[in-house]
Amino acid sequence: MTSTTAGIVFVTSLAAALALAHRPLGDHMYRVYTGVRHNAVERGIYRLVGVQAGAEQRWSAYARGLLAFSAISILFVYGMQRLQDKLVLSLGLPAVTDHVAWNTAVSFVTNTNWQAYSGEATMGHLVQMAALAVQNFVSAAVGMAVAVALVRGFARRGAGTIGNFWVDLVRGTVRILLPLAFLGAVVLVAGGVVQNFAGPHDIATLAGGTQHMTGGPVAGQEAIKELGTNGGGFYNANSAHPLENPTAWTNWLEIFLLLLIPFSLPRTFGKMVGQVRQGYAIAAVMAVIALASVALTVTFELQGHATVPQAAGAALEGKEARFGVAGSATFAAATTLTSTGAVNSFHDSYTPLGGMMTLVNMMLGEVAPGGAGAGLYGMLILAVITVFVAGLMVGRTPEYLGKKIGSREIKLASLYFLVTPILVLTGTAVAMANEAGRAGMLNTGPHGLSEVLYAFTSASNNNGSAFAGLTVNTPWYDVALGLCMAFGRFVPIVFVLALAGSLAGQVPVPQSAGTLPTHRPQFVGMVVGVTVIVVALTYLPALALGPLAEGIH
Amino acid sequence: MRNVWIRQHVAALRALLVLTALTGVLYPLLVTGVAQALFPGQANGSLVEKDGKVVGSSLIGQPFTDAGGNPIRKYFQPRPSKAGDGYDPASSGASNLGPEDVVDTPARKSLLTQVCERSRAVGELEGVSGARPYCTPDGVGAVLKVFPAVGTPARAVSVNQVCPARPFVAAYQGVEVECARPGEDYAAGRTVPVRGDAKAVVPPDAVTASGSGLDPHISVAYAELQAPRVARERGLPLAEVRALIDRHTTGRSLGFMGEPVVNVLELNLTLDRG
Repeated sequence: MTSTTAGIVFVTSLAAALALAHRPLGDHMYRVYTGVRHNAVERGIYRLVGVQAGAEQRWSAYARGLLAFSAISILFVYGMQRLQDKLVLSLGLPAVTDHVAWNTAVSFVTNTNWQAYSGEATMGHLVQMAALAVQNFVSAAVGMAVAVALVRGFARRGAGTIGNFWVDLVRGTVRILLPLAFLGAVVLVAGGVVQNFAGPHDIATLAGGTQHMTGGPVAGQEAIKELGTNGGGFYNANSAHPLENPTAWTNWLEIFLLLLIPFSLPRTFGKMVGQVRQGYAIAAVMAVIALASVALTVTFELQGHATVPQAAGAALEGKEARFGVAGSATFAAATTLTSTGAVNSFHDSYTPLGGMMTLVNMMLGEVAPGGAGAGLYGMLILAVITVFVAGLMVGRTPEYLGKKIGSREIKLASLYFLVTPILVLTGTAVAMANEAGRAGMLNTGPHGLSEVLYAFTSASNNNGSAFAGLTVNTPWYDVALGLCMAFGRFVPIVFVLALAGSLAGQVPVPQSAGTLPTHRPQFVGMVVGVTVIVVALTYLPALALGPLAEGIH
Repeated sequence: MRNVWIRQHVAALRALLVLTALTGVLYPLLVTGVAQALFPGQANGSLVEKDGKVVGSSLIGQPFTDAGGNPIRKYFQPRPSKAGDGYDPASSGASNLGPEDVVDTPARKSLLTQVCERSRAVGELEGVSGARPYCTPDGVGAVLKVFPAVGTPARAVSVNQVCPARPFVAAYQGVEVECARPGEDYAAGRTVPVRGDAKAVVPPDAVTASGSGLDPHISVAYAELQAPRVARERGLPLAEVRALIDRHTTGRSLGFMGEPVVNVLELNLTLDRG
């Protein structure tokens, strides 16, 4: 079998596995978020937390709970890092410096997992496990909660409330993420991912040198890192590290895990609004964009059209032999199409156009399929914008799932989509305009600009992957990217929850002959078009100066 | 109002603490327990032993060089590594240099020159041609800076070949090619990598650094290339070494995942055991 054929089978098998898994998982998540019973563990948690699980919240209370939880989380993760040297299992590592600790705290709480530090050289086992990995669970649960709250907005009739944040948070963690992560972790260990509490120790190598071996509770963190679309690696090399991703099949599994929840949530959405086909339309939009992007990324990398890959004979710089070019490029596309940001190969050394695809994937707003929860709410906002555009064309008041898209709704949806471009483009511009920003670039010319553009795109979209040549553990980048991550996460979330509240209050209008059907291929095509056009217009100039200038001679 | 605000944050703190106990303490302990019970070998790093002593992990690549950094000839050599000084698990990572990084600077060599140098060194070690496209015969990137950047060339410099080196081509579009004078800034010129007509014998994985810097594998082609040298050094028949390569080759998982690779440490370990 040639590498190309193997690559095609690799992608096809992933698609098939997701097609098989989305239904049971989507239905399970539907039951989790709509069920009225609380199990014993959850009742215990609610008692300890001191919240009334039965009480429904208006959108503003829901948002306040979410923001309070996130703010406390940032403080907690920051504090744990700053006090690392006084805690157990620190492996003798010193306290993390203030700017790196701030950046990392925001990064993990916002589901970004941008890493301005090198895991094996900075974080002890306790901080990894009880601060960072905890956020891998709860930040994913927060994203899913927001998505579910928005779906309730569509599903409810004349309601003042959109659910209870604490219940959504706890159920998402306990009933969805924990069991799946546990299963994933055990399978990963079978493949060779380590799971122990050993500190670093020296061994004598075969050739008579010494090697500084590392251990740690890696498998548990690895599983939730992919499943929760987080992406923060235990080690600096992330999923390229053989102890995080030892074989070609664990590589397949990790890609599967990071796509699993985002591709299953549309089914949950369809069930909640009472029309499964609406969910499939959303899933179809995601699948069309995702397949196109994966195909292009893999093709560009296999072609290896650039000087160094041509000289080397293949685009293998920064890629692991066991994954090969196709297995690396598929991971790169999947990790940027979702908000994961884990890497099994180093995007900075990708061909210009292959590297550009990873940028474009993030610029799409990470909606195909996007992060756990974040992908679904991003895509639903795009659907709202699409019905609005379609309504303008035919001169009718737009509606989606029976809810009128009036001026308040479209304002919220538009604001949602303005946040990240503003952060990305002004952030990149400010970085290029001052010495502290320019000093970080490793590569020169257009590729240097790509590094900076990538950093702000990744942070503002809460992805977390990097053109890692950029030196980012400086106070300037830590603060700037930290702010981008925080605004890029929470401002859109507030708009989504406000939209959910506004939709929930409406009584659905009955379908008429003039209603735009939103479950047909025509609508799928329109949403794809709106997604691509909105992005192309916003970012094309920046892309032209970076990867396009480098890749097109 | 103030009360509500405080109550909310207290609830948030309590929720975080409870969820930390659950996902940050109980969960990793449970995973560790199950992992250690079911797969102790893997969970502890897939360690390999020689004469009862741990000599490494079959998942982590090792350098097979002497104190001077030169390859030890009786061992199969791994891929180039950018983890610390090479294969240092305490600082995993990649070069992060871009695909058009082709011009050397006083501060560092370009990725292209690194590829050319590695190819030349491997060629010398294995007694084959180390030539590659875009590389000069003396093993640096074959790159011209042409002036002016736009329009008919008036001057051409082989920018990675410092004087008194002889440029890899005599002329570019009728203009004589100069060697690069140290200290002169050529940034304003147009960058023209020159492919040449060389065919590479040394495989791609032998001249590129991996993502982790700890890649335990090489391609089958690179192992085959090294087999004659290892057989010679160890006084073994070539067929026997080739059979060992075969034994330590992992095919694609399920026939389609990844690429076939050879585990260098395991192969060398088997050779040492005799």
